[in-house]
Amino acid sequence: MSPAPPDAEDLRERVRSFLADHDPSAMDRLEFLRARFDAGLAWVHYPPGLGGLGAPRALQPVVDEEFAAAGAPRNDPERNAIGLGMAAPTILAHGTEEQKKRFLRPLWTGEEIWCQLFSEPGAGSDLAALATRAVRDGGHWIVNGQKVWTSMAHEARWAILVARTDPDVPKHRGLTYFVCDMTAPGVEVRPLRQITGEAEFNEVFLTDVRIPDEHRLGAVGEGWRVATTTLMNERVAIGGNAAGREDGMIGVVARLWRERPELRTPGLHDALLRLWVEAEAARLTGERLRQQLAAGAPGPEGSAVKLAFARLNQEISGLELELLGEDGLRYDDWTMRRPTRVDFTRRSPGYRFLRAKGNSIEGGTSEILRNIIAERVLGLPGEIRVDKDVAWKDLPK
Amino acid sequence: MTNLLYSEIEDELRDGVRRALDDTCPWTDVLAGTEKDEPYDAAAWRAVAGRLGCAGLPVPEERGGAGASWRETAVVMEELGRAVAPVPFLSSAVLATAALLAAERSAGDAAGGDLLAELAEGEKIAVLAVPFSTAPGDQLGTTVGVEGGTLTGRVTSVADGMAADVLLVPAPGGLYAVDAADARRTPVTSLDMTRRLCDVALPSVPARRVAEGEAAARAALVTGAAMLASEQLGLAERCLEITVEHLKTRYQFGRPVGSYQGLKHRLADLWTSIAQARAVARYAAACVAVGDPDTDVAVALAQAHCSAVAVKAAEECVQMHGGIGFTWEHPAHLYLKRAKSAAIALGTPDRHRASLARLVDLPSA
Ligand SMILES: Cc1cc2nc3c(=O)[nH]c(=O)nc-3n(C[C@H](O)[C@H](O)[C@H](O)COP(=O)(O)OP(=O)(O)OC[C@H]3O[C@@H](n4cnc5c(N)ncnc54)[C@H](O)[C@@H]3O)c2cc1C
Repeated sequence: MSPAPPDAEDLRERVRSFLADHDPSAMDRLEFLRARFDAGLAWVHYPPGLGGLGAPRALQPVVDEEFAAAGAPRNDPERNAIGLGMAAPTILAHGTEEQKKRFLRPLWTGEEIWCQLFSEPGAGSDLAALATRAVRDGGHWIVNGQKVWTSMAHEARWAILVARTDPDVPKHRGLTYFVCDMTAPGVEVRPLRQITGEAEFNEVFLTDVRIPDEHRLGAVGEGWRVATTTLMNERVAIGGNAAGREDGMIGVVARLWRERPELRTPGLHDALLRLWVEAEAARLTGERLRQQLAAGAPGPEGSAVKLAFARLNQEISGLELELLGEDGLRYDDWTMRRPTRVDFTRRSPGYRFLRAKGNSIEGGTSEILRNIIAERVLGLPGEIRVDKDVAWKDLPK
Repeated sequence: MTNLLYSEIEDELRDGVRRALDDTCPWTDVLAGTEKDEPYDAAAWRAVAGRLGCAGLPVPEERGGAGASWRETAVVMEELGRAVAPVPFLSSAVLATAALLAAERSAGDAAGGDLLAELAEGEKIAVLAVPFSTAPGDQLGTTVGVEGGTLTGRVTSVADGMAADVLLVPAPGGLYAVDAADARRTPVTSLDMTRRLCDVALPSVPARRVAEGEAAARAALVTGAAMLASEQLGLAERCLEITVEHLKTRYQFGRPVGSYQGLKHRLADLWTSIAQARAVARYAAACVAVGDPDTDVAVALAQAHCSAVAVKAAEECVQMHGGIGFTWEHPAHLYLKRAKSAAIALGTPDRHRASLARLVDLPSA
């Protein structure tokens, strides 16, 4: 019988004794993070040996708070959102023991940044229609194709990649999931400039890229099933950060309202209060979702959280510009930059307004999320599928 | 952070209440009841308040209750909302009971007398005699005068007033208990005939003071507003369910109408608002249950959000049923009337947003 998983008190005790042996102020940052991982105090709900202790997920804050109080270095999760939020749970669920051992530690410490090579020019919402081909060559796969809107590809060491290994079967069946080395020959990353002026995402061209079969995640032809794990985690990751009241975009506008009485009008007051209510409702919904996850009964509310988050960010940032009036006409900087982290609330109001437009597109558009809720949660009839039984190679493109 | 989930006990409680309501007041009976003289459904009331003991949930055991809390009461409210049950639960088991509990907390003794226990057992029905549209922050008792142990005045639009044995009347100096038989009550033809109003005239009626000042009545209104949010949640969920069922089985143009995105997406949005309504209603119930310092914010938030969600759900229910949804013989209108009345009851969303503006420091222009 395996021992009972640790409770909050055990965890606090473990962190304290870890800190007694590892003084964060006297140690190299990376060495400290690696040791924290090896002690099972990275993501405590992961299994022992892989940065965790098999503890309830709900206890993670206990550990994080102890480390924060001790002034320990962070693993800087904003730099590796895709790695932590999507690649890691997918590797954990579908990877071999060797893959888990190889990839999870440097992923968690932030030594290796990850990106997501899913979308293509011809396959966004309809991801399963993607055309990037992977052809077997002995112990390797040769990959050719083009990916697009790939966030942080310019920072990434590794990518999660879905490619077509069998064009002769219907689209969902011919896919395989890989881990792709972004430094491999044939991987070319080109910046793709966004409406904000900067390039957080990229086009990625894959030309005869060789991926060893050991870097396949899941069975050949099972790529769609593996990708589903990634996509489900993506929605939780995008909408679901723990947050206090007024932590997000609404806090920025609320503070502006308090500090600048001369900007106030009755109409904007009404709009602000409505959004405050919605933002707080969305925050509590996210909190309830986290409690469900912690209790081991995740609900379908993740989609609701993401849907609400996108609309709210857009409306709140739009309100902020109107409230600012004349200042709302100005923008901070159109220079083409290459950001290394995504933070929706940073920079200027104009940036927030523009960046928020991406929230209803990235990670599944709001329309696709509504389809998913209507069909999977409410059980309404599915869309008419003209492509269901057609071999991928025969689909109109 | 406050627990926003349901406990196993609450799930069991929900099942019990749902079964009792299925038995005693299916919507066909509710509909028929709207045209009868009886002010409420006595069989459903006996089942929920009496047999299942739901009226006494927030009342301590030593005062004749079940010693649970407003959290469990909120679950009962969800079920009552689902069924648009015509029972005086919000009025008696929430508003009047909360007023007496608050009176006892401040007076430190059995200020409620035997009445609290009688309400807890569902033996008697009491109502807080205020216009049902009163918001927690409104001035109270302005239409009633006190003189030598009697009350004189008028209170309009009192919810479940015709069902009441006792009226708890806010008046200058405190909250007064009046025997309902001594008051002159006139039934009002109400928008929501599943929770009827009456106008109350008090012509020098003997009264007993149960609480000093306004605090007890105010606490009752805050608790009532929190519990009403859960009723609105239950109602909205039921409207969504009925609508989804209909859209799956109704064919037009050779397809179930539920396969059209124009409808699917609206229902997905509705489901999203209901998921949010559940989070805010649970939060409000949890706050009133323990007297959390954030209670006033939680309640105003819950009312501002849930009122609108319930109305939207009922409106979508009518619209997506097409012609049949506009008929008297379909339950959609029961939900619509209840939802719209509930949105006005205990403060409109706009009034609650105005309270929030004060509470969270977002002053008006
Ligand atoms: C900021 C940002 C970052 C991104 N980062 C990444 C990344 O790191 N990796 C990655 O792989 N991808 C990334 N993406 C791509 C993103 O996942 C896709 O843009 C998205 O899935 C939509 O695909 P599309 O752009 O092809 O639009 P389309 O699928 O062509 O959609 C066009 C419009 O049609 C609607 N639509 C499509 N299908 C339906 C349907 N069945 N029913 C109703 N409406 C429909 C859509 O909602 C949309 O409004 C990113 C996108 C953005 C904006």
